[in-house]
Amino acid sequence: MQLKFTLNGTAIVDDIRPDMPLLEYVRSKGCYSVKRGCETSNCGLCTVWLDGTPVLSCNTLAIRVQGKTVTTLEGLQEEAAAFGAFLADEGAEQCGFCNPGFIMNVLAMERELQNPTIEEIRAYLVGNLCRCTGYQGQLRAIQKYLSRHQEEKA
Amino acid sequence: MFTIQNYVLAESPEQAYTLNQKRTAVVLGGCGWLKMGKQTIATAIDLSALGLDTITETDTEFVLGAMVTLRQMETDARLTAQFGSFLADSVRHIVGIQFRNCATIGGSLFARFGFSDILTAMLVLDAQVELFQEGRMPLTAFVQMPRDRDILLRVYLPKQKLLTYYDSYRNTITDLPSITVAAACPNADTIRIAVGARPQKAACKEFALPSDSTPETLQSLAQEMANAYAYDSNMRASAAYRQHLAKVFLYRALCTLLHKEG
Repeated sequence: MQLKFTLNGTAIVDDIRPDMPLLEYVRSKGCYSVKRGCETSNCGLCTVWLDGTPVLSCNTLAIRVQGKTVTTLEGLQEEAAAFGAFLADEGAEQCGFCNPGFIMNVLAMERELQNPTIEEIRAYLVGNLCRCTGYQGQLRAIQKYLSRHQEEKA
Repeated sequence: MFTIQNYVLAESPEQAYTLNQKRTAVVLGGCGWLKMGKQTIATAIDLSALGLDTITETDTEFVLGAMVTLRQMETDARLTAQFGSFLADSVRHIVGIQFRNCATIGGSLFARFGFSDILTAMLVLDAQVELFQEGRMPLTAFVQMPRDRDILLRVYLPKQKLLTYYDSYRNTITDLPSITVAAACPNADTIRIAVGARPQKAACKEFALPSDSTPETLQSLAQEMANAYAYDSNMRASAAYRQHLAKVFLYRALCTLLHKEG
C-alpha cells in the first residue's frame, strides 16, 4: 500500500505491507536508534514522536502514520547530544541500549510539562525501562538538564 | 505479531460495520493487545478517519470518540474539572505514557478485558456506549453482552457531581492489575462499586450506605461488598488474595467517600 509521510523532516513516499510495524519500517530507513527491547509494549525503547506525541512504534502500524510527521532520535541530534552530556556527567549510562527511546521521552516531557516535580517526572518516564544503570542517575541528569537555563542565568 | 491481508481506512461507520461482519475482520484500536497475538487478519478496519478522536461536551454529558486515547482522556482539563483525578487515577499505571498515547477508549471497552482499569472506572460513572447497530446502551448492559461484530463509536459520560474513588493493585508498577476497584456515590444513600481483574471483567453493583459509619460497620459492609463477587486464581494472584485486596480497597473507598480517615 502507498504510504506518504514525513520522517525527520524528509518527505517519504513508499510502498509497504499493511502489517509492517512502524518500528521495523523506520529501521529500514536507517533509523537504527529505534529498537525492539521487548515483545510486550513495556520497555519504551522504540519510542518515536508522531506529530510531536511520544508513541510506541512497536504498537503503531506504519500505514497509520499516513500524512503525519514521525521524529526519531536521528532527527533531534543536537538536543539529544545536549541532554546526553548531562547523562554522561551523572554516570547514568552503561550499555546505552535504552538510551534513544529514553531521550525521546525526556525531550517530549520537556515540551509537555512545565516545571515537573520528581513524582511527575517518574510518572512520565515509567514506561522507559533501564536494566543496567538504574534510575537515580537518570533522575539527577534530568533535573539538572531541566534547570540548566536557571543555572546559566544565576 | 499479527498479519494483515487487507487494510481499509473506513470512510463511514456503515462501511466499517459491513466489513466487520466477516469473522476474519478486525477493528483496529491501539493494537497494543492485538499485537500480542498471532492471528491472520483478512481485513483490518481502521476507524481513524471517522472523526472519533475527539472529546466533546454538551450541557449534560461528555462524548468521547472511540479513537480517543487513554492519554487524551487522562489529560483533558474538562474531564478533570468534572471528575477530579478519577479518570487519570484509573489509567496512570497502564504501562507508560507512550503506550497510553496509542491505546484507545474504544479498544479498551469493546474488548471488555478482564484486566481493564478503564472499564472498571467507567462502570461507576453511569457511562453509556453507542454502537453502530445497537445504538446507545448503558455500559453496565454492554459489558454483559457476548462479544459481537458491532462497532463501538462513542462513549458518553453524564455530567454529574459524584464523589469517586479508584485504586488498583499491581505486583509491580505498570504490570496488569491483580485487582481494580472503583466506587462512586450517586446519592447520599447509595454506593455504586465495580471490581475488576478478578481476573474476570469488571461488574457493577450497588449497595445501601449504612446509617452509621463506625469502622466496624464499614469493615462489615466492605466484606459484604467484596463477598458479592467471584474471584479466580492466575499467575498474578490467588482468588483468596484478590478477595482480600478487594475488601481492603472497598473499605478505603467507604472511608474516602464518607470522608473518614482510611
